[in-house]
Amino acid sequence: MTTLTLSKAINAGLRRALEDDPKVMIMGEDVGKLGGVFRVTDGLQKDFGEHRVVDTPLAESGIVGTAIGLALRGYRPVCEIQFDGFVFPATDQIVAQLAKMHYRSRGLIKLPIVIRIPFGGGIGAVEHHSESPEAYFAHTAGLRVVACADAADAFAMIQLAIASDDPVIFFEPKRRYWDKGEVDITAPLGGTATMNTARVVLPGTDVTLLSYGPLVRTCVEAAMAAAGDGGGPAARSIEVIDLRSLAPLDMATITESVQRTGRCVIAHEAPVYGGLGAEIAARVTEACFYHLESPVLRVGGFTTPYPAARLEEHYLPDLDRILDGVDRTFAY
Amino acid sequence: MPNAEPELVQLLTPEGERVEDPAYPLGDEADIPGMYRDMVLVRRVDTEAIALQRQGELALWASLLGQEAAQIGSGRALTARDMAFPSYREHGVAWTRGMDLMRIFELFRGVTNGSWDTEEHKFHLYTVVIGDHVLHATGYAMGIQRDGTEDEATIVYFGDGATSQGDVSEAFSWSAVFNAPVVFFCQNNQWAISAPQERQSRVPLYRRASGFGFPGVRVDGNDVLACYAVTRKAMAAAREGQGPTLIEAYTYRMGAHTTTDDPTRYRAAGELETWRLRDPIERVRAYLARSGHVDAGFFAQVDAEADELGARIREEVRQLPDPEPMELFDHVTVGSSPIVEEERRQYAAYLASFEGAAR
Repeated sequence: MTTLTLSKAINAGLRRALEDDPKVMIMGEDVGKLGGVFRVTDGLQKDFGEHRVVDTPLAESGIVGTAIGLALRGYRPVCEIQFDGFVFPATDQIVAQLAKMHYRSRGLIKLPIVIRIPFGGGIGAVEHHSESPEAYFAHTAGLRVVACADAADAFAMIQLAIASDDPVIFFEPKRRYWDKGEVDITAPLGGTATMNTARVVLPGTDVTLLSYGPLVRTCVEAAMAAAGDGGGPAARSIEVIDLRSLAPLDMATITESVQRTGRCVIAHEAPVYGGLGAEIAARVTEACFYHLESPVLRVGGFTTPYPAARLEEHYLPDLDRILDGVDRTFAY
Repeated sequence: MPNAEPELVQLLTPEGERVEDPAYPLGDEADIPGMYRDMVLVRRVDTEAIALQRQGELALWASLLGQEAAQIGSGRALTARDMAFPSYREHGVAWTRGMDLMRIFELFRGVTNGSWDTEEHKFHLYTVVIGDHVLHATGYAMGIQRDGTEDEATIVYFGDGATSQGDVSEAFSWSAVFNAPVVFFCQNNQWAISAPQERQSRVPLYRRASGFGFPGVRVDGNDVLACYAVTRKAMAAAREGQGPTLIEAYTYRMGAHTTTDDPTRYRAAGELETWRLRDPIERVRAYLARSGHVDAGFFAQVDAEADELGARIREEVRQLPDPEPMELFDHVTVGSSPIVEEERRQYAAYLASFEGAAR
């Protein structure tokens, strides 16, 4: 085991993919010499050359559009979109082309493209640097949408995403880039590693708390706080589940847990209106109706644009707001 | 002619006179009778398609009428290894690639979204969102570069309207800075549905290229010989590592934008009459008839072939089978999705619930 930050774990996964398959290439703004604005691709251009790690012109639609052409030619491009709020110029290529080409070609064309997007807030950034646009892509048939939450998963999931023959939107929790974790960088891909199934991060019995990306850590901290609540009547046993895959959802793991606990809270940074939590709540209600002790609740961003940095502590769900959501499920 | 420019490359005048352009030699291998035949046949395809749409056999058709020379000339300039990225009106290019046109009719009938093996004839799928595929062609050309092959290049077709799309400008930038082996073939047919070319650009379209750092050339898009010679030269330059070229084929959409369009609402009838005098087929016929390239029976033989093709299209289109309902759920992703599979099961059960019920 090696102790790595989440960003270094992705870097190690990218390196492994570049080594294993000459068709893998990395492309994006500032990914080469600079190593990316978060240094996720640090050192890769030096070691693999400018043809494999490509500093592109500053044009997100161009990045994804040319990646599609390269994939048609047999390459496996890994695109970096520098920040969540910059993906929208590429949305047409992602939604109209990337997501649909396998379907419209009736399976003849495969586009094994990964689009890495650092997402979420909490770093005090200026506008357009803290958003959570995952629901737009989860709503688009033909894409796989995943989010990693810790270093070990980041290392495995980036390799699995690159190995996937489907286009994958790969969300990276940018405020967790510097979180450290134990990673077995010698572990072969395959085996138990997965990006399609949710994982129980912390088992519990009273309520299921679902999250992904940056809030998984917050949810674990909330669960530990709740469990240690003096052993008094307010102490709760919270089961924390990291969804990993946002499209498709692993409903089997979710359903099994909620049927056991009878309560469900979903936490994400994105606005709750029309978000992933709404989809999950509808599905959990249908699958677990007779097991539920209370309505499925959501804790998330407000139905406002992402606010200025000095307001984000009010916008982002934190430990207290998540526990408030949990408490509300016990009020019914 | 709006934006008429002296730079228009022409090898065959509207009257059918051969003229030479030292920069664009035609070459002995140019099969002029073959080009004539192709143009006549694809015009027949187009005529039949419009009729089939009027009869309710097709949902829509995008007519190529008037653009036969641009498509046949450029298509015939490609080698079997070159890759072509069409927009959605390039039935003539599809013909030169050897495509079974039923794959295209399936799209316009609504049987598929346009599915064919793009590698079989090196002809990519039609792209309906204007300009998106220009980036795909550029990326594909970057792939050719990475593969290090020197005997292939990429050509991408789009219209005057597409030049206003950001993706097309991005493709120009990318192809230039990476020196990608791609030829941009813009059929300027003067109209983007109802918007005239003047609404897209203050400068002649071919001049856009110079701002991006590669050559642009305007060719008489109704002159099949010029389209052939100009495209062949640009493709050779791309293969030899000289990077992209923008070809503006100056032509005219003689028909409606599609079968849902009514061009009498936005353009004058006299304009069409002017362009009829520059018909891409008539000038080749005049030239061939005069030059003795073909024997007396040639034209009648081509017309008979067109009749045969028309009959075959009428029959085959009507026989295109509707897809099975459950195909709806096929090929959403390569790997399986439990969400899609659940919907497939539920919908199959729903359909099955009607079986045996009284009608």
